[in-house]
Amino acid sequence: MTFVEDRAVITGVGQSQIGRRIGRTGIDLALEAAERAVAHAGLTFDDIDGIASYPGPVAAEGGFVGATTHDVRDAFGLRTTWHVSGVETSGQIGTMLDAAAAVASGRATHVLCFRSVWEATAQAAGRAAALTGKAVRASGHSEFRMPFGAASPANWIGMYAQRYMHEFGLTREQLGKLVINARHNAGLNPQAIYRDPMTMDDYLNARMVSWPFGLYDCDVPADGATAVIVSRREAAGGLANAPISIEAAGAALYERHSWDQRADLTTMASHDAAASMWETTSFTAGDVDFATLYDGFSYLCTQWIEAFGFTEHGKVGPFLDDEENYRLEGRLPINPHGGQLSAGRLHGYGFVHEACVQLWRQAGERQIPKDVELAAVGVGGGPEAGCMLLHLA
Amino acid sequence: MADPEGRMLPEVTAESRAFWTGGFEQELRIYRCQACRSWIHPPVGACWRCRSRDVGPEVASGRAKVAAYSINHHPWFPAFPPPYVVAAVELDEDPSVRLTTCLVDCDVDQVEVGMAVEVVFDEQDDVALPLFRPVMA
Repeated sequence: MTFVEDRAVITGVGQSQIGRRIGRTGIDLALEAAERAVAHAGLTFDDIDGIASYPGPVAAEGGFVGATTHDVRDAFGLRTTWHVSGVETSGQIGTMLDAAAAVASGRATHVLCFRSVWEATAQAAGRAAALTGKAVRASGHSEFRMPFGAASPANWIGMYAQRYMHEFGLTREQLGKLVINARHNAGLNPQAIYRDPMTMDDYLNARMVSWPFGLYDCDVPADGATAVIVSRREAAGGLANAPISIEAAGAALYERHSWDQRADLTTMASHDAAASMWETTSFTAGDVDFATLYDGFSYLCTQWIEAFGFTEHGKVGPFLDDEENYRLEGRLPINPHGGQLSAGRLHGYGFVHEACVQLWRQAGERQIPKDVELAAVGVGGGPEAGCMLLHLA
Repeated sequence: MADPEGRMLPEVTAESRAFWTGGFEQELRIYRCQACRSWIHPPVGACWRCRSRDVGPEVASGRAKVAAYSINHHPWFPAFPPPYVVAAVELDEDPSVRLTTCLVDCDVDQVEVGMAVEVVFDEQDDVALPLFRPVMA
């Protein structure tokens, strides 16, 4: 059994210029990523009849919403039979999964999926001021956190990490090994933001943000956009790249959408999503060749390692002790591009992009030095999670 | 500024009014299902366990235990000079119900999972924020 009856495939990907404070708008970046993805697939914009994005036009400051589907549709004059965006979905790739379902059911043929951020530029213009400088009150999901000084995901996710460390003995040094591995890989990625090697001393001596997270446990706000073309399989023959199958996908959320009420604080929605994904495929964790796992915080990557079953629950510390488990030349390379920790917070889509270019063997110097056919992609943290198993035989 | 104190206060709703104002009477008011007697947080008009709509605030003991914490070192708000402890505390009435809060009167190096804490209210404008402090032996 395959996701949406094997009718949806990935045919192209593209990224804009990526960097810190590059001074371009989120829309401009989205357009550039879209142009590159469409060309990469061997299509033209006349072929694009669907468009999907995360998060859509939500109220947010600091460059979180780089561009909406309407922005990109209008800029290129797209004629679409289907369009969607949303934030109440399974991680940042939720609407990409919807795009697969849309092409599978005939509502569109080639869907442009994208995520654009310009947080580095926007925050340079004063996001800290935006947090406290406006006469607003905390409402909605912020109502029960902001008044207590719990302003940042570093606080909310830091609490999960602390409890896991308390239960299972995970250490800062073990998290550091994952962070250093990401930085090493980023050194091979010309698009990555931070490429200089990092030592354990660098990691441990960086300023503390919210224990147990130091500066390098937190990803780096970036400017950049990523686009992915999801196509109906019958329309994907003869294009520029061999179509990548979405072998399986997981979008489950079995508990409340909450940052503090999950029954087991040592798991996250990633565990629900991955469990639901494995129920739909004959592949198992042992079949996976490499993984691209959301690392908005280092700890979130460790949760995906567990959620996919690459190690047992509670055992991610010992897993991290042995770099053979996850380095580029190891058994299960993780985040060959450097993840969001070193390559920039492209907010989920960067992991899909990397999985695809690795499967297509287009990753250049950071290409995994073994045959790769099956990639696990896990995106999101806390109550947000979506995942895919991508297959290119 | 959000207010002269440099903090972000909650927008009080019909459901959350009891939680945010109970502290003026020294009461921690938490929603409770009148059908299955489960406690519910954040307050909302149904019990997620039994789906009863017969829910409303009751007074909880204000005793809790630290379930998880993070020692924040970043100056997000002028009213919260770092370091300070953000914690999820579980109610003694039902440990599955947690409040995200800030610990006070507490050495940041002294916090641990399972530590007994009690509510103390910080009155700010029209709300009384339920903070928690270690229970003195």
